[in-house]
Amino acid sequence: MIRKKANLRITRKTILYIMLIISSSTMIMPFVWMISTSLKTTQYTLSIPIQLLPDKVTLEGYKRLFEISSFGRMFSNSFLVAIITTIGQLLISSMAAYAFARIKFRGSDLLFLLYLATMMIPSQVTVTPLFILMRYFGWLDTYQGLIVPGLFRAFGVFLMRQSFLSLPRELEEAAYIDGANRLVIFIRVVLPLSKPVLITQGLMAFMDSWNSYLWPLFVTSKAEMFTLPLGLANLQGQYLTEWNVVMAGTVLSIIPMLCIYIVAQKYLIKGFVTSGLKG
Amino acid sequence: MAGDKGLKKYFWVLFFILPSLLGKLIFTVFPMLTSLGLTMFEWDLLTTPEFVGFENFKYLFTNPTFWQSLLHTLYFIVGYVPIVIVLGFGVALLLNQKIKGRSFSRAAFFTPVISSWVAVSLLWMWIFSPKYGILNYLLGLFSITGPNWLYDTQWAMPAIIITSIWKDIGYIMIMYIAGLQNIPDEYYEAAALDGAGRWQKLIHITFPMLSPTTFFALMISLINSFQVFDQVWIMTQGGPANSTTTLVQQIVMNATRYGRYGYAAAISWILFLIIFGFTVLQNHLQKRWVFYE
Repeated sequence: MIRKKANLRITRKTILYIMLIISSSTMIMPFVWMISTSLKTTQYTLSIPIQLLPDKVTLEGYKRLFEISSFGRMFSNSFLVAIITTIGQLLISSMAAYAFARIKFRGSDLLFLLYLATMMIPSQVTVTPLFILMRYFGWLDTYQGLIVPGLFRAFGVFLMRQSFLSLPRELEEAAYIDGANRLVIFIRVVLPLSKPVLITQGLMAFMDSWNSYLWPLFVTSKAEMFTLPLGLANLQGQYLTEWNVVMAGTVLSIIPMLCIYIVAQKYLIKGFVTSGLKG
Repeated sequence: MAGDKGLKKYFWVLFFILPSLLGKLIFTVFPMLTSLGLTMFEWDLLTTPEFVGFENFKYLFTNPTFWQSLLHTLYFIVGYVPIVIVLGFGVALLLNQKIKGRSFSRAAFFTPVISSWVAVSLLWMWIFSPKYGILNYLLGLFSITGPNWLYDTQWAMPAIIITSIWKDIGYIMIMYIAGLQNIPDEYYEAAALDGAGRWQKLIHITFPMLSPTTFFALMISLINSFQVFDQVWIMTQGGPANSTTTLVQQIVMNATRYGRYGYAAAISWILFLIIFGFTVLQNHLQKRWVFYE
């Protein structure tokens, strides 16, 4: 009986490991293919029979990526846009969230409800008029055009309000009695106590901006204003057969997010569990 | 705080809310209302807008391409949503066990989630390449002649679905792992005392306890798939022969390529109504199967 149970446990473990290996390799295989392609010569990517790993590793694809595209420019565009969007979103959302959480004013519940209601609107509804508005402002192909419309996310206000509500009021009350005004309390007491939610929200904002495609597609048409996703998609269109170059760009575009995942896994995962909706 | 009163209080309210509120008004509410108005016009941004009343909607309902895009969006949903949720759940069960290589595997599933749709789509375009791609090569090892995938009207949508499942499985997994970790061990211990086996525990504890997670995952993947766009635009642009055209692809196509802004706005409002309808329906149905403690 005991032996039978032990056997059963071993079989169970074996099956678990087999499933683990099969499922993980299905996930990893495409990445292996991506990296290996990026290390091949163009000629080698188009040779038959296909070899999963190149005999001769070369950085030619990466070199050519920088030659034929302004990859550095696209990378820094993406980085600049993502950083400013992140900081701006955090600042604007946390301020609004503070008012909703801590100041009782007439109509605050209704206003907050309207905020939540705007989350129901899919971004595709507003994208065309927003594009027309940018054109009217003369913001097409500018950084402000890429950044400003993305600064106001109701979801961030919602999550931060939740978090502020759970903070103990006593500290704020004490600061208030000491003569601090709202702004001082907000900066010195509320924000420092809310680091986890700020980090989580910040990482999600950065990722959304770094990966976003639809808005840059509308708002930019000049190559020097392209963000990385847009530039990569364009590269594929232009250099249809140079897959080693395209894969090199893809590898480089994923690395920053991968670094963030390695450093701040806990916060990033929390961000995904608590949010979810695109846009 | 009790202190602030009257003018001073409203000064602070304005101070904190105004940046966000102004932004919301200019960049969300105003475009939304404009969009609604735009549905009544024909406008290519170059000539003066022409008022056409409900013509855009009339045209939409009689346009076979619109129905095609709706049908393909539904095809995408039917192919993508059930599989991504079932597989994501399965992987979560697997990676919630104490086994070696767990955190590495979790990272493997999670990397596509943090990658952009552009990166993932480009990668899979190359994988699906009929002649030089690795997928048909692997199929060839089993003596299967792979299809032309993205160049084949029959296989383009399945290819997009496979790509999307591969990208999002880790996201569903993460939600379920969080859900699994929230189930108190006592429930399983009590069930074990009553002699419940593995399957019974799964069916009578895990499933009902995870039903809120399933509801959330279902809602989000449904809403996201009604808006499927990036992967379509990059991998096929809606082709070949419109076989992968979707609602949002039609919106972008009509706005950016054909300069039909009013018609694009009309499609976007139909999309909104569909999503809204589904959300209401799901919220109504959830009382029947979602179990809250």
